[in-house]
Amino acid sequence: MPLVQIRDVTKVYPPSTRSGDPVRAIDGVDLDIEEGDVYGIIGYSGAGKSTLVRLVNALEPATSGSIVVDGTDITTLPERELRKLRLGIGMIFQQFNLFSSRTVRGNVAYPLQVAGRSRAETRKRVDELLDFVGLADKASNHPDELSGGQKQRVGIARALATSPRILLADEATSALDPETTQEVLGLLRTVNRDFGVTIIAITHEMDVVQSLATKVAVMESGRVVESGEVFEVFSRPRSPAGQRFVSTVVKGVPSDSELAALRERHAGRFVTVTFRDGGASQSEVFLEFGREGIGFELVYGGVNEIQGRAFGNLTLELTGAGDRVDAVIERLRRRVEIVEVV
Amino acid sequence: MDVLVDLAPLFAEATFETLWLVFASLLFGGLGGLVVGLALYLTRAGNLFANRAVFGVLNVVVNIFRPIPFIIFLTAFQPLARLVVGTGIGTEAAIFTLSLASTFGISRIVEQNLLTVSPGVIEAARAAGAGPVRTIVTIVIPEALGPLILGYTFVFVAIVDMSAVAGVINGGGLGAFAIQYGFRQFEPVVTWTALAIVIVLVQFVQFLGNGLARKVLRR
Ligand SMILES: Nc1ncnc2c1ncn2[C@@H]1O[C@H](COP(=O)(O)OP(=O)(O)O)[C@@H](O)[C@H]1O
Ligand SMILES: [Mg+2]
Repeated sequence: MPLVQIRDVTKVYPPSTRSGDPVRAIDGVDLDIEEGDVYGIIGYSGAGKSTLVRLVNALEPATSGSIVVDGTDITTLPERELRKLRLGIGMIFQQFNLFSSRTVRGNVAYPLQVAGRSRAETRKRVDELLDFVGLADKASNHPDELSGGQKQRVGIARALATSPRILLADEATSALDPETTQEVLGLLRTVNRDFGVTIIAITHEMDVVQSLATKVAVMESGRVVESGEVFEVFSRPRSPAGQRFVSTVVKGVPSDSELAALRERHAGRFVTVTFRDGGASQSEVFLEFGREGIGFELVYGGVNEIQGRAFGNLTLELTGAGDRVDAVIERLRRRVEIVEVV
Repeated sequence: MDVLVDLAPLFAEATFETLWLVFASLLFGGLGGLVVGLALYLTRAGNLFANRAVFGVLNVVVNIFRPIPFIIFLTAFQPLARLVVGTGIGTEAAIFTLSLASTFGISRIVEQNLLTVSPGVIEAARAAGAGPVRTIVTIVIPEALGPLILGYTFVFVAIVDMSAVAGVINGGGLGAFAIQYGFRQFEPVVTWTALAIVIVLVQFVQFLGNGLARKVLRR
């Protein structure tokens, strides 16, 4: 049983104007999140990502469908039980959402106070967490005295205070500069690896998914249009939205303008061959073309590494008799991915 | 100057009455305004206890009563004061009406200041497992405390202003005193002394309020 199991969930908001239509923010989503996953959820603004994670800790009630967290269907729980559930799910935010009326220590202590822990226990746990995020010397400062990266580290410490098994991150690095982003992503990796916390991370930036996530779901108009292992989705995106996102980070697939420039210099057929470990190797493919007397020229390409596994996209110009080329492509398709570029 | 010496005991009494009128009204009106302001804030669409009907009614009531000039308010609500305090005249009746009028004024100030608390911060409290009451008490009010203190300081000045007409229903205070012994008996020095006392009082409280707000806001 997955740690979080989302089944046919919808979330409909009432129309914002009297004459408007209701908003289907989430429209029939199924998603399984296993213990230990770092599940990236990517999509453009308005795709429904924030709404989806807010359903997981029941900040918003689902309109229909079931959400099972750790064996309990939370869509039927009363508010009192939901508060207990939320103690077991941490959350961090794009705008950090720290309590400006409290010190750093007061922020991190808050969930512990809500959980009714003793003063001594709270103090000990806060010290531990501030050490972990490297802000022990800022305990008595107020949030407005911290940099963005420091604020997010306080946010992470606060979210982890009650030792939750799940951490929800809503665009946790989108307000940070690239360097600080790497720092925070590193911290989140540690949280996942060393504490075994399952992370659901929303983002609109594919490189965050690339460097953090083990699995990814692509959202569009309230639906999950594609999901799976990061390596699978990156090396073989199937949905148009997935392909658009993947093309922002994956090297080796020419953009439309680059393709137009290539066309001016090359008259033959273009195909993009995707090599992945486990499939045919480059030398096997090239050998096959050579044996059939088909000319090939590498016009564009790149090799990517995702989670220690490599895959390459090479765009080739093929020259030779049309039916011969077709036959070879047909044969090779059983062992590598080949897409005709038109 | 002799006139001041003669009137000294009455002056002291009038000053005490003003302090009593103002602080009692600030206390009751302040609490009333906090409750009504919180209710307005919480029942507003999208907030913790969103309720269109309750919000609508409160909103209309506050909009109707808040702008009424206090001297009219004081006389119009005299029957209600009689019903509640037992008498329609005197300091207690004036305090009742002052409190009622300031409840309407303060409720808006409270509502406006609570609205400045970012919804994200409230969401963070809820995500940490806090229930609505805890969220209001431990997060919403503390987050808005600085501006709230400034708001209450502002209201204090408004209540001093309103209290000056308490004399109309025999409520006493420096306003009535200045009219009776300064204006009617052609003793400008009495009027000016009353004025000076009010200025000192207002400045003192303003200073206190600003200082407190600065401390809370750490600026
Ligand atoms: N509280 C709400 N009331 C009404 N509509 C909402 C509310 N929250 C989100 N929506 C709508 O739901 C859709 C998805 O929003 P959101 O989940 O915030 O998307 P994302 O996080 O992917 O940008 C949007 O069309 C948004 O306008
Ligand atoms: Mg969002």
